[in-house]
Amino acid sequence: MNKANSNKTNSHLKRNEGIPFDANLFKDININKSAVERRAATLSGRRSVKKQWQAAWLLKALSCIDLTTLAGDDTKSNVHRLCAKAMSPVRHDLLKAMEMDNANITVAAVCVYHNLIADAVEALGDSNIPIAAVSTGFPAGNIPLKEKIKQIELSVAAGASEIDIVISRNLVLESNWNALYDEVAACRKACGEAHMKTILATGEIPTYSKVAKASWVSMMAGSDFIKTSTGKESVNATIPISLVMIRAIREYHELTGYKVGFKPAGGISKAKQALNWLILIKEELGNEWLNPELFRFGASSLLGDIERQLEHYVTGRYSAAFRHPMA
Amino acid sequence: MKIKEIYETMSYGPAPESADEVIQFLDSHNKKFKLFINGKWTKPSSNEYFETINPCTKEVLAKIPEANEADVNKAVTAAKKALPEWVNIGAHKRARYLYALARQIQKHSRLFAVLESLDNGKPIRETRDVDVPIVARHFYHHAGWAQLKDSELKDYKEVGVIGQIIPWNFPLMMLAWKIAPAIAMGNTVVLKPAEFTPLTALLFAEICQQIGLPNGVINIITGHGKTGATLVDHKEVNKIAFTGSTEVGKIIRRATAGTSKKLSLELGGKSPFIVFEDADLDSVVEGVVDAIWFNQGQVCCAGSRLLVQESIADKLYKKVKARMETLRMGNALDKSIDMGAVVAPIQLKTITDLVKQGIDEGSTLWQPSWSCPKDGYYYPPTLFTDVTPSSTIAQEEIFGPVLVAMSFRSHKEAVKLANNTRYGLACSIWTENINLALDIAPQIKAGTAWINCTNVFDAAAGFGGYRESGFGREGGIEGLYEYLKPKADELLSGEPIKVAKKSASKAMSNGQSVGIDRTSKMYIGGKQTRPDGGYSTVVKSSNGDYVGEVSKGNRKDIRNAVEAAHSNTSWEGKTGHAKAQVLYYIAENLAIRRDEFANRIVQMTNQSKSSALEEVDISIDRIYYYAAMADKYDGKVHHTIHSNVTLAMPEAIGVMGIVCPNESPLLGFISTVIPVITMGNNVVVIPSESMPFSATDFYQILETSDVPAGTVNIVTGSKEELAEVLAKHDDVDGIWYFGTKEGSKNVELLSADNMKRTWVNYGKYRNWLDKTQGEGTMFLRQASQIKNIWIPYGE
Repeated sequence: MNKANSNKTNSHLKRNEGIPFDANLFKDININKSAVERRAATLSGRRSVKKQWQAAWLLKALSCIDLTTLAGDDTKSNVHRLCAKAMSPVRHDLLKAMEMDNANITVAAVCVYHNLIADAVEALGDSNIPIAAVSTGFPAGNIPLKEKIKQIELSVAAGASEIDIVISRNLVLESNWNALYDEVAACRKACGEAHMKTILATGEIPTYSKVAKASWVSMMAGSDFIKTSTGKESVNATIPISLVMIRAIREYHELTGYKVGFKPAGGISKAKQALNWLILIKEELGNEWLNPELFRFGASSLLGDIERQLEHYVTGRYSAAFRHPMA
Repeated sequence: MKIKEIYETMSYGPAPESADEVIQFLDSHNKKFKLFINGKWTKPSSNEYFETINPCTKEVLAKIPEANEADVNKAVTAAKKALPEWVNIGAHKRARYLYALARQIQKHSRLFAVLESLDNGKPIRETRDVDVPIVARHFYHHAGWAQLKDSELKDYKEVGVIGQIIPWNFPLMMLAWKIAPAIAMGNTVVLKPAEFTPLTALLFAEICQQIGLPNGVINIITGHGKTGATLVDHKEVNKIAFTGSTEVGKIIRRATAGTSKKLSLELGGKSPFIVFEDADLDSVVEGVVDAIWFNQGQVCCAGSRLLVQESIADKLYKKVKARMETLRMGNALDKSIDMGAVVAPIQLKTITDLVKQGIDEGSTLWQPSWSCPKDGYYYPPTLFTDVTPSSTIAQEEIFGPVLVAMSFRSHKEAVKLANNTRYGLACSIWTENINLALDIAPQIKAGTAWINCTNVFDAAAGFGGYRESGFGREGGIEGLYEYLKPKADELLSGEPIKVAKKSASKAMSNGQSVGIDRTSKMYIGGKQTRPDGGYSTVVKSSNGDYVGEVSKGNRKDIRNAVEAAHSNTSWEGKTGHAKAQVLYYIAENLAIRRDEFANRIVQMTNQSKSSALEEVDISIDRIYYYAAMADKYDGKVHHTIHSNVTLAMPEAIGVMGIVCPNESPLLGFISTVIPVITMGNNVVVIPSESMPFSATDFYQILETSDVPAGTVNIVTGSKEELAEVLAKHDDVDGIWYFGTKEGSKNVELLSADNMKRTWVNYGKYRNWLDKTQGEGTMFLRQASQIKNIWIPYGE
């Protein structure tokens, strides 16, 4: 199996083609919430990255960001700013000081609503930065499957190479796993070559065991990534929930050989948090997952904090937000 | 390393915690410490010093004084002198001092953490995130108990001068567990830290000065085993509290036998970590890490025996091995490691030797592919599979990062394997089935049961062992009793109470009557049995009149009685109500035969009928008391950590020997036997040697009162001889002895081998007719041991 690296092309990775629905693979899953929380709580105390390690890790985190704007008042102008930032996320002088000016540091993707895809296509030009579109009735997902498929097809046609779908939470609440499988599989089919990230909206799933089961069903149905949240639920990505999902990813990989990616989203705005997630991924899934092919942050303001920390690394002085170009 | 390279490899780098302030602290003592006696730094009389090192680098940290006998004397004298004032300042003032200690520990938390890591070799993560917070919490919790002593524990008083000897694996935490309850209850302390890790105790001495703790309340003396032994033997020390090896614990038990020093021992373990097939295996793996690779496995309650249901064993081993590969080992001050160094070369050798033995005996060793740092005393995390209970590594405490794994087929077998050990400190039970977890937890012989968690501690919950893991608890209200004595003990007398005799004895003896010859048999396994030896002894009254013959029991009768007691498996599991029903029934039947039992007492003691009737009536009253208590003396739900129900359950000790007082032939029997069976124990009773007939008459009452066979067994004969057989019996879990000073000493001495819980009277006699001396919750506490069951919740 190929070792993944920081290359953004997906050529090395065998895409998850999914497997036939088999409830036996997940029906006995029992997640012990308190034990998961204990592991999550102690993890950041067990690992610490400092100095140049911290700078390198923060650059890695930055390269995994799906730089996102998902607001009702998004227009061409702010999407253009966002895209400009995506292509040039860190001040050149800082990159140069870290000898990373030739490393092609960009964010992983730009993530927008369907209506802003065209603006993003225009702004990103030939930068090779993929556009991710949220789809399938984002964020609640309560629209007919037919409409969901249509949305995906439209977004792919408009130029999105990554589609972030939301699942129907009612299917999870009702434990209607078969129907969930069919829904996700249909979306995957509609995505075609576009990569599909399946948002579980874990803040609306009542138990960790159901989060794990929903992860399994989504992976079986061919998701390229599983993603925690839309950013619109009252509880966003948390470390314990992420732990549950990435353990499911690990188990699925052991069973099928497919590596499914993971994307925490919502509420991740600090560099320190980002490091904790990277540590979590490294510890539980290993280095292979530490690149944008298999790991993304869904975030908007995280980048700004990373920039400030990088400047601090370079200059030894605490930085201010206004010293960095805004998105 | 360049950023580009790290960016590509995503490796971890060094993340050292600074030791600057610790170096300053050591320098402030010129890296050569003194003893802390009577509030002052005192040069050791020996003028001898030893070195303490950093196990991760072998670098010498400081010179430490070796306290000799003169120094121990000084420290104990200071503690004794400080005692009256420390008692007199009252509960609230003591609470203020404890609160100040807690505050100081928090204020200097990082200094303590770094110093501890340097001295011990354990990761800074553990000292910073686990040890020091628990230490502060312990002082806060006990500041509360200090405040509450007069209202909540008013029937108790301080014990006096406490000698405390603590181990090197949790130096500061063990100091807190020892000192906080001791001074909270009004005692003063002489504490000896372990020779490998004395530094945080010496820093603690500084904060005692800082808060203006009265001189002599806490004295800290350093040294090796000999210093500890001198402290143990010191005549002015009223109690010894020891945490350490079972081997040394036994030595201390023998050394203090008969001295009436109180004793609490927290010793070794080989704790089972039981995984059922429905457990969350990924969480189990992290539990295993916390169980055996926490503090390099140098944890008395380490989950060192992994017992896995066969159906998932291979799957779990695979996961554990994968996890072992990602453990990181390095300098204790690195913030990015899971494991540091073991404490000393001798410990490294013990581990290495036992691992070699494990391989030689045919178990399969697995260690991760990475190699240990070379500059310190490191040992890699180790897993043994293909282990059987007969393997040395399955029985011996390794006290290192070595896990031995075995599989089980059924729940019953899991319990059997778990209990197949001389130890009984803790267990960890992993299942998502609450019914199963709560079924297994009470069946494991261990003082702590962690369900779906492990190595969780809190000041509000008692910690301590069953079996050879020691006795006594630390933490919670159950731990306070180790530092208290009942005020009623002051009423005890140097002589047994004398009953007034009637002026002339009337001929009431069987021998002189023309009635039918009576045979007082023994009572074993619910049957009246003749003595194995076939001998009987003539028993005469206090006036020398013939009363009757009693069976002369021997060691085989004791053996049979112990076996009969073990074969009863129904009594302990009965509800409190069901036990109460049996006890009330006993009282009812005794009341019916009130006159007969009174006559027997008269016959043996020559006291007046009315005073004999009084003894019978008090006996009935006493049975009522314990019947009433049977469903009321219950446990607690401790306030411990977040999202956790911590059940403190009083459990039966098991099979207990009871050596009854000679005096008060009926009431002495009732007052000792009834509380013990009330707590669910099965007993082997040696009744009054000179007046055994109240007990032998009593088996007829037992037979007619639904007492199950084997719950009460009565063996008559020579008290001291039979007591010795009981004390030496390794399948007897506890023993009460009421008799002479010498007999008390003998029982404590001989009980050391299997660490029986003992309760003896050191030749101080109770007036059994007096309620404050003859009954109470103290009896129930002595007849039970607390198991804390930790049940996390949340879905």
